[in-house]
Amino acid sequence: MSSSVLYDAPGPKARMRNRIYSVIGTVAIIGLITFVIMRLADRGHFASEVWNTFNYANVRIAIRDGIFTTLKVFALAGALSLVLGALLAVARASDHRAIRWLATGFIELFRAIPLLITIYALWVLFLTYKSDLGFVGENNGFWALVIGLAVYNGAVQAEVLRAGFNAVPRGQVEAAYALGLRKSQVMTMLLLPQAVRSMLPTIISQLVVTLKDTSLGYIITYAELLYAARQLANTTLVNGQYIYVPVIMVVGTIYVAMCMALSGLATWVEKRGRRAKTGIAVAAAAEPAEAPGALDPSDPKGPTAEAEQAAAKADEPPGKSG
Amino acid sequence: MNVLLDHFAEFREGFIGTVWLTVASSVLALILGVVLAGFRVSPVPPLRFFGAAWVTLFRNTPLTLLFLTIWFAVPQVFDFGFDPWTKALIVLSVYTSSFVCEAVRSGINTVPLGQAEAARSLGMTFFQTLGTIVLPQAVRTVLPPLSSIFIALTKNSAIAGAFSVTELFGWQKVLSDQGFAIAWLFLWVALGYLVITFTISGLFRLLERSLEVAR
Repeated sequence: MSSSVLYDAPGPKARMRNRIYSVIGTVAIIGLITFVIMRLADRGHFASEVWNTFNYANVRIAIRDGIFTTLKVFALAGALSLVLGALLAVARASDHRAIRWLATGFIELFRAIPLLITIYALWVLFLTYKSDLGFVGENNGFWALVIGLAVYNGAVQAEVLRAGFNAVPRGQVEAAYALGLRKSQVMTMLLLPQAVRSMLPTIISQLVVTLKDTSLGYIITYAELLYAARQLANTTLVNGQYIYVPVIMVVGTIYVAMCMALSGLATWVEKRGRRAKTGIAVAAAAEPAEAPGALDPSDPKGPTAEAEQAAAKADEPPGKSG
Repeated sequence: MNVLLDHFAEFREGFIGTVWLTVASSVLALILGVVLAGFRVSPVPPLRFFGAAWVTLFRNTPLTLLFLTIWFAVPQVFDFGFDPWTKALIVLSVYTSSFVCEAVRSGINTVPLGQAEAARSLGMTFFQTLGTIVLPQAVRTVLPPLSSIFIALTKNSAIAGAFSVTELFGWQKVLSDQGFAIAWLFLWVALGYLVITFTISGLFRLLERSLEVAR
């Protein structure tokens, strides 16, 4: 723990002072929460009639459908982004300069453009050229969202995998070639599995970002959870006011729960990986940053160096690194 | 192609809007994030709890939901109304501060133990140790992740455009609603963001180089 570094084990005087600070801090935080709750209660947001709306079947169905739609987008976009990420990472490691440059250009371009703009541009594109592209039905929003998420997160996942490639000890690749394996064999049998394994926590963290970003569908009026919630709040008038506050509370809880479940999976995988004694380094999970997070390729000290350090640490006893 | 030349004023306004929003919320997020990181390593349990709760909550909530919250729920608690720009500033800095906090905290962990021990043995208090010994060194290590966080912030500011704040995405929306070719708009707006993000990563590389120390 870093906290113990910064201050001594408190003596009687410091303990007293800390206790006073604790009391003040607790009072301040509870005071703030109470203030917010009181204000909301004053405005009637905790009235039973307001919360009763959640007992109506159609309200529950709206929220349930929203969750399903969000999960559907997330599942498809997540899977596509992983496939695309793997393809891009392999292309970036290609021996052919043209392929390498194309992949690099693709990755750099789509990582630099705000995801919202990609999605919005796709959406307008699909709407404008609907008949030319052979789209039928009302699924423009869905595909704009899925493709936008897949392209952006695929670019990020490609960078994550690249860091994973770099973490595989050079000697292994040399040994594989010396044994007479072909390039594709080295990639599929040696590099990819190890990269995926060592970067799994980061990959899952990026999936959390993908899940969060499905809410951008709200802006292109695609009916995922957030949009469904907004519609619900916008059309339900209870006691003379729209039920924004309760709906935001409920939907926020759902989002936080979904994301924390996924983050929890990442932590679990990381712990599991650390326990394994295969000698494969498990790079520290990067921040599930909204974007590249700690994965900026332009900085040489980024995940690559981190992963290399982790690789170097791998032969130390597991307890030491951390 | 002509969209840029014909509507240069709009593009310029959008560009300046994005830069201004990014800079303002970066500064605010940095201050908030460092304070929260201080909370998280402090000897006072309620503050540690507050910091942890803040980070967990805001890192796991979609930014769009936070925008909706400050637009529709926060006015129910506080009477004074904010203009859209200030609301966007608050949301972006609150959201980003949770990432900054985590980065700074992991930076604090990289400062060698002996440094803090030496500071303590010289009789420094918690705040002196943190402020003069640990944080300056931690900031140096977290520069690369911080640069990524601020680049992400730049891109997230596009969401503010969807909530009627004047910036690049907002103008793209307006112009594409007027029927301009989306491909060119997309390209020009993308270029605008590229300029900003490359500036940020360049600035951070300069900072890194000038703050580099031998360990």
